Amino acid sequence: MEDLFIISDAIQEEEYIINMGPQHPSTHGVLRFKVSLKGETVLGVEPHCGYIHRGIEKMCERLTYQQVIHLTDRLDYLSAHINNEAVCLLVENALQIEVPERVKYIRTILSELSRLASHQLWWCAFGMDLGALTTYFYGLRDREPILDIFEETTGARLLQSFNCPGGLMNDIHPNFIKRVKDYIVYFRKKLPEYDELLTGNVILQERTNDIGFLTLEDAISYGVTGPSGRASGFACDVRKHHPYSAYDKVEFKEILFDKGDTFHRYKARVEEMWESLKIIEQLIDNIPEGDFVVKMKPIIRLPEGEYYQRVEACRGEFGVYVLSTGDKYPYRVKFRSPNFSNLSAINLLSAGHKIADLVAISGSLDLVIPDIDR
Amino acid sequence: MTFNIYDLTSFNQWVDKTLYDSLPAFWAMIIEMTLIGVAFLLFYALIGLFLVYAERKVCAFIQNRVGPNRVGPYGIFQTIADFIKLLMKELIPINKADKFLFNLAPFIVIIASFMAIAAIPFGLGLHAIDFNIGVFYVMAVSSLGVIGVLLAGWSSNNKYSLIGAMRSGAQIVSYELSVGLSMVTIVILAGSMQLSTIVEAQRDGWFIFTGHVPALIAFLIFIIASTAETNRGPFDLAEAESELTAGYHTEYSGIKFAFFFLAEYMNMFIVASIAATLFWGGWMPLHIGGWAGFNTVMDYIPPFFWYMGKTMVVIFIMMWFKWTFPRLRIDQLLKLEWKYLLPINLFNIILMALIVLLGWHF
Repeated sequence: MEDLFIISDAIQEEEYIINMGPQHPSTHGVLRFKVSLKGETVLGVEPHCGYIHRGIEKMCERLTYQQVIHLTDRLDYLSAHINNEAVCLLVENALQIEVPERVKYIRTILSELSRLASHQLWWCAFGMDLGALTTYFYGLRDREPILDIFEETTGARLLQSFNCPGGLMNDIHPNFIKRVKDYIVYFRKKLPEYDELLTGNVILQERTNDIGFLTLEDAISYGVTGPSGRASGFACDVRKHHPYSAYDKVEFKEILFDKGDTFHRYKARVEEMWESLKIIEQLIDNIPEGDFVVKMKPIIRLPEGEYYQRVEACRGEFGVYVLSTGDKYPYRVKFRSPNFSNLSAINLLSAGHKIADLVAISGSLDLVIPDIDR
Repeated sequence: MTFNIYDLTSFNQWVDKTLYDSLPAFWAMIIEMTLIGVAFLLFYALIGLFLVYAERKVCAFIQNRVGPNRVGPYGIFQTIADFIKLLMKELIPINKADKFLFNLAPFIVIIASFMAIAAIPFGLGLHAIDFNIGVFYVMAVSSLGVIGVLLAGWSSNNKYSLIGAMRSGAQIVSYELSVGLSMVTIVILAGSMQLSTIVEAQRDGWFIFTGHVPALIAFLIFIIASTAETNRGPFDLAEAESELTAGYHTEYSGIKFAFFFLAEYMNMFIVASIAATLFWGGWMPLHIGGWAGFNTVMDYIPPFFWYMGKTMVVIFIMMWFKWTFPRLRIDQLLKLEWKYLLPINLFNIILMALIVLLGWHF
């Protein structure tokens, strides 16, 4: 009789392991969560990455600085333009080249448009993670015109490669200013729909409020940046604290919350869309005349030394570290990808919650897998 | 014999009489049963095909899309093409699955929904079996489907399926209570469990109007609980795509998957038709007291169309909130039932009993 009790206890205590991914609808790519469950409750999450590792950092060691641009596109493909900008800024700062004001303005506008497009796609996918499939089409409907603008000016919809060390590949299309202005008018009307459809929904509030707390200390020690970190009160906006390009010329608010749960990570991104609109509005009318590129040597050699440049990508702080030996190739390149640090907090956030919350939490961190694996 | 589309009773009696007169009683009965069975199979298949198409069009409408528009005019043959594809797909054998239960599960699900459809009155004289415990029968039979879901999850040898099935079990066992109690509220008002009597009692006004507030509350609860019972969004936890890939039918393919798929739509049709029957007067036309002209015009629409129209409206509402709301979490789902719907429902029954006792209803 006693043995029976022991066995039943053992069964009750037994946890079982489930593999979410590498092929799973909620990981948005080839990320694998090894989840230990007890019933529906998550005991721990072990993220396994590397399924889309392409060795980009190593590849960069055999490429010139102009060619590196085309690989940084492929890191976080939703903030392709911003990643490119980081490399360009690094090269320009290393060579102490002052790019024309026009370039700075256009780079900033394109960065903010990328941020809008990225947050829209995140919003669609987050709704879908929670089971509200309709959000996907609302988000894509508004993202489409931005991609059209990109296509017209840069020639590509997703991986633009529009920056080059010293400026831009091309001047903006004559329609660019008008289309961006039209888009701002359009999206200012559409953005409140996002709140109507999802934010105010009682099920969403129930699903996300008080789920997956990230304290300020944890956010700093795990290096969770971007909207996810700012929802915990971590003032980490590179645009605000270390302005680059034209960010020192615009007024915008750094969205900060102190609660740090899933709902505030959601809220931070929706609010950031409003701020992005504001930034674009301030710049679009004042693009100065001038050259779109500084004439550079065909082969760029950075002086010997170590360089680091950081920018605010859509998901957090994106950093490029380059160790140069004075050659035309970088000796070593390291990318500080925001998603990798954000992912590291997933176990902390989701332990003790239900399996459905794990999906909501990983959705609220807005992970882009190619950026994690590089 | 007269074929009257407003009252098919005499036509049915004529068919019955002709068969029994010309054949031995046993064969006449066999032929009648076959006729009804074939009619139901056809109806079942047609409704299934139509609902899949309707859902895709409705969801496309809600999502700023066009929906199927390639196969046939407005894509009406899309579901037929899909069905042919599902028929031709390979049935993938699952390693270490419990073969017998794995194959049995889809049949249980589909038989449960097929049995429930027999007791539903589609029109005057269009009623396969008119039980005196019709409401009870429909409730009992429609909840059999969960056995199939549980078996599917258990036998698939897949952890996602198992979680989905366990969720589905917890969900249906809980929401069955609310469905049952909200139906009981109407049974109190009608004073009968026979579906034909319930429809007949609504000749002068549908129960949702004559039953005061309790009928309205019962209707709302019924819609919520029956959506949960049919495993549809926002209560589709059993198949929760973003969490469990496809839940209990992850491992099914081909025609076996089609059975689950079809059963889901038929269950939706069944709960919608029960809602229409109990609350919106079934096949009864809309009558407004004192408006003689209006009432006569309404009477010209045949009962079957009234019935289908009402059912489709309920189905549209159910599709509407599937495509708008996010999904609940399992603990919230159970909290909603046990902490809110069930107490409200019990109180509602007392309220309805009082109203009926005091004769306050119209």
